[in-house]
Amino acid sequence: MLSEKIKESSLIKNIVLIGVGGQGTILVSKIISSALVTAGKDVKMSEIHGMAQRGGSVLTQIRYGENVHSPIISEGEADILVAFEKMEALRGSKYLRPQGTIVVNDYTIMPLPAATGRVSYPSSIVDSLREKYNTISIDAGEAAIQLGASRVMNVVLLGALVEGYNMTEFDWDRALVDNIKPQFLNLNISAFAKGRQLAAETIIQAAI
Amino acid sequence: MKKLMSGNEAIARGIYEASVQVASAYPGTPSTEILENLSHYPDTYSEWAPNEKVAAEVAFGAAVAGVRSVCIMKHVGVNVAADPIFTSSYLGVNAGFVIVSADDPGMHSSQNEQDNRHYARAAKLPMFEPADSQDCIDMMKEAYLISEEYDCPVFFRTTTRICHSKSLVSEGAKQEVPYKPYSRNAGKYVAVPAVAAARRPLIEERMQKLEEYSNHSTFNKIEFNDKKIGVISSGVAMQYAREVFPAGTSYLQLGFTYPLPKKLIRQFASEVETIYIVEELDPFLEEQIRAMDIKVVGKDKIPAMFELNPSILRHALSDEGFADAVIETAETKIQAVPRPPVLCPGCPHRGFFYAASKLENTVIAGDIGCYTLAASDPLLAMDTCICMGGGFTVAMGMAKAFEAAGITDKKVFGVMGDSTFFHSGITGAIEIIYNGGNVIPVVLDNRTTGMTGQQDNPGTGYSVTNDPAEKISIPAILQAIGFQEILKPNPLNLSAVEKALNLALESEVPTAIVWESPCRLIKREEFAPIQCAVDRDLCTSCRVCLDVGCPSIYFVEDQAYIDDTLCVGCTVCKQTCVFDAIKIKKMEE
Ligand SMILES: Cc1ncc(C[n+]2csc(CCOP(=O)(O)OP(=O)(O)O)c2C)c(N)n1
Repeated sequence: MLSEKIKESSLIKNIVLIGVGGQGTILVSKIISSALVTAGKDVKMSEIHGMAQRGGSVLTQIRYGENVHSPIISEGEADILVAFEKMEALRGSKYLRPQGTIVVNDYTIMPLPAATGRVSYPSSIVDSLREKYNTISIDAGEAAIQLGASRVMNVVLLGALVEGYNMTEFDWDRALVDNIKPQFLNLNISAFAKGRQLAAETIIQAAI
Repeated sequence: MKKLMSGNEAIARGIYEASVQVASAYPGTPSTEILENLSHYPDTYSEWAPNEKVAAEVAFGAAVAGVRSVCIMKHVGVNVAADPIFTSSYLGVNAGFVIVSADDPGMHSSQNEQDNRHYARAAKLPMFEPADSQDCIDMMKEAYLISEEYDCPVFFRTTTRICHSKSLVSEGAKQEVPYKPYSRNAGKYVAVPAVAAARRPLIEERMQKLEEYSNHSTFNKIEFNDKKIGVISSGVAMQYAREVFPAGTSYLQLGFTYPLPKKLIRQFASEVETIYIVEELDPFLEEQIRAMDIKVVGKDKIPAMFELNPSILRHALSDEGFADAVIETAETKIQAVPRPPVLCPGCPHRGFFYAASKLENTVIAGDIGCYTLAASDPLLAMDTCICMGGGFTVAMGMAKAFEAAGITDKKVFGVMGDSTFFHSGITGAIEIIYNGGNVIPVVLDNRTTGMTGQQDNPGTGYSVTNDPAEKISIPAILQAIGFQEILKPNPLNLSAVEKALNLALESEVPTAIVWESPCRLIKREEFAPIQCAVDRDLCTSCRVCLDVGCPSIYFVEDQAYIDDTLCVGCTVCKQTCVFDAIKIKKMEE
C-alpha cells in the first residue's frame, strides 16, 4: 500500500521559486507552466503574493506529473529551488528535500531591517547552502546587465533552472514566444541561453 | 485544449458561462482578481461597490429584477454584508443570486481567520466549496440552477489556496439564460415582520429539499476502495488528504457542503471501518457528523487553526500507523532574517506618519490599508487597527475614555485611506460631529485602493472597466457633515505636514485633514523623473534618514546609500537630513 503511494508521488516533480516582490518570479512561473501544459502534463501551481508589492518575499510552487492533487509543496518535498535572491534561498531551502538542488542568484536585496542595521544580512550564504544541497550559484544580475537590461535577470534564472534540473525536453522556445511581448523576445531568448550556459559551466566546474 | 487557470480566473469564467449579468464586489485578498477578470468578459455589468453590503444589496436587487447576479468579497467582507445576506435568505430570488466568500486560512493577508462556512449554516443557505479550478467553473454554473430551483441565494465559499492556485480546466460555452420577468410582489420581497414570519417555514422546507439534493448532487461523491480507512473532506483539504492517506483509502468528497448529505454520509460510515474528517479550520463537518452519532477522527488530531498542508497532515496523523514517515529537511547553518512588507519608496503615507511619530502624546487609531504598515518599525506611529472603517470611531471611543478619565493632554487622531473612507468611514466622521468628539479625522487619500493592488474607488474618477466615473470629493463630504476647517497639505512636505497637524490641534472648530497625493503604483499617474542620492562629502552617517523607513536607503560599512532601482525621488529623506547630504538628481533610465 505504502510503496504504491510512494511510487505515485515520486512521479510528481516539485519546483519552488522564491524571490522578492518585483523580481519577476511570476512571469517565470508562467513560462514554466505553459511549457508543461503544452507537453500534456498535469500541472498545479500555487502563489502567495499578498504583500509582494511591498517588498516582501514571493513564493511560487509548481508541481507536475501525471496526476497532481495538492497545489502546494510541503517542507522537504521540493526537488529543486530557484532563488532569485541569495538570502531568499535560505528562507526557501526548508522546502527542499535533502540533497535537493538549488539554483541561486548571487544577488542581494537588503530587507529594511538589515538596511537600517537592526539585524545583519547573513554572510557566506552560498557556502552554507553548498554544505547541504547541490548548489548551482550564478550571477544572473551581472549577466542581465551585460545583455543590456537588468530586468531579464528572471529569464537568465529560468535558463539555469532548465539546465540545472535537466528540463530540456520541453519546448522552451514556444513557451517564451507565448508569454513574452514580441519587442522583448530576442532579449529574453538571449537571457535564457545565457542562463543555461552559466548553469552548465557551474555544473562542469563542480564535477571537476 | 485544457487551460491553466487560477481559481479566481475560473470563478470569473464560471460566472460568465452562467450568463450572469450584474456583478458587484469590493476588493479584498484573496478575492480581488475575480471581478478584475470578470470585467474583461463581454455582457456582464461589473462594478466596484463602495463596500460589501452595497455589493450584496445590488446583487440581490438585480436577481429580484430578473437577471442572474453575483456579489464577491473576502471573508471579513461577509461580516459587513451579513445584514442583507441573512434576510435575502428569507425573501429568495427571481433569477439566480450567488454570494462568493473567499476565506483566508493562515491569514496571509487578513486581520482574522474566520471560517465562513458557519455563515451558510447561520443564514440557512446552500453552500458549494470548490477543490480546484475546474470545480470553480462547474459548481458556479450549478449554483445558479440551485438558486433558481430552490428560490434562495447560494453561498460559494472558497479559500486562498483555491483562489491563487492554478490547475487545468476545460472551458464551456456561455449558456443561454432568458430574462425572468419581474413584477411587484410585496408579499415576497418586502421584509416586514408578517412577510418574514410567513416565509420562515418555507426556509425549513427548502433546507429539507436541499438535503435531498445534497444526497444526490454530483458534487458529493463516494469513492470506495478497500474499506479500512475512509476520509470525508472538502475543498483543498481533500487534495492534501489524497497525498497523505495510503492507496486503498475510500473517500467521500464533499463539494456541496451545506446542508450535508446525511444519507450519503451514513452509507459511507456504515461501510468503512475508521472515518477521518479532514477539514481546514473549524470542525464544521465534524460537529454535524458527530451529532449524527457517527464515530470519527478529526480535530482531536488535525489542527483547527491555520492553513493545512500535506506536511501538517502527515505530522498530525503520524501515530495512526499508515501515513508516510514525516519527511526530513536539511537545515542550513545560517538562517534568513525577516523581510517584512514596508511602505513603498515614494509612498505618500510616509510623510504624515513620520511627522506624527515625532509628535508627543499622540494616540493614532489606525485602519486597514497600506498605511497599517506605519505601525511597524521604524515609524511606530499607530495605536490600533481593528477593521475597515474603525479608524475614526475607535478614536472617538478613546477620546471619550480620556475625557471620562480626566486625561486632557492626549491628541487623538483617527486615520484611514480613501477607499476605507468610502467603505465605512463616513459614518465615523458623522459620529465625531454628532457626538462632539475631541478627535481629528485624517484621510490618507492616495487616489486608489492601494493594499489590494490599486483598484479604483468612488474617489478616483474611474470605474472597474477604466471608464470615467463621477469623482466624489472627500473634503466636500466632510464639509457637509460639519467639519468647518479641512486642511489639505502635501503629505510629502514635512514642514507642511507639521504645520497642518499643529493647526488642527489648536483649531477651535471641528477640523479634518485630507492628504491628497497619489500612490506611486497608479499606472495612469505621472511623476517627476527625479531621484535622491547621497553626497558623500556632506554625509556624516548620522542615520537620521533611516527613521523614515524607506526601503531604498541602506548602509554598507557605515556609509549611506540610496538604491537607484528603488528611489522615486519623493524627497522625504532629504527633508530629514540636517547636513543637506541628500541631493536630487535626474532619474536614471
Ligand atoms: C471588510 C473588508 N473588506 C476588504 C478588506 C481588504 N482590504 C484591506 S486594505 C484595503 C484597501 C484599503 O484602501 P485604502 O483605504 O484606500 O488605503 P491604501 O491601501 O490605499 O493605503 C482593503 C480593500 C478588508 N480588510 N476588510
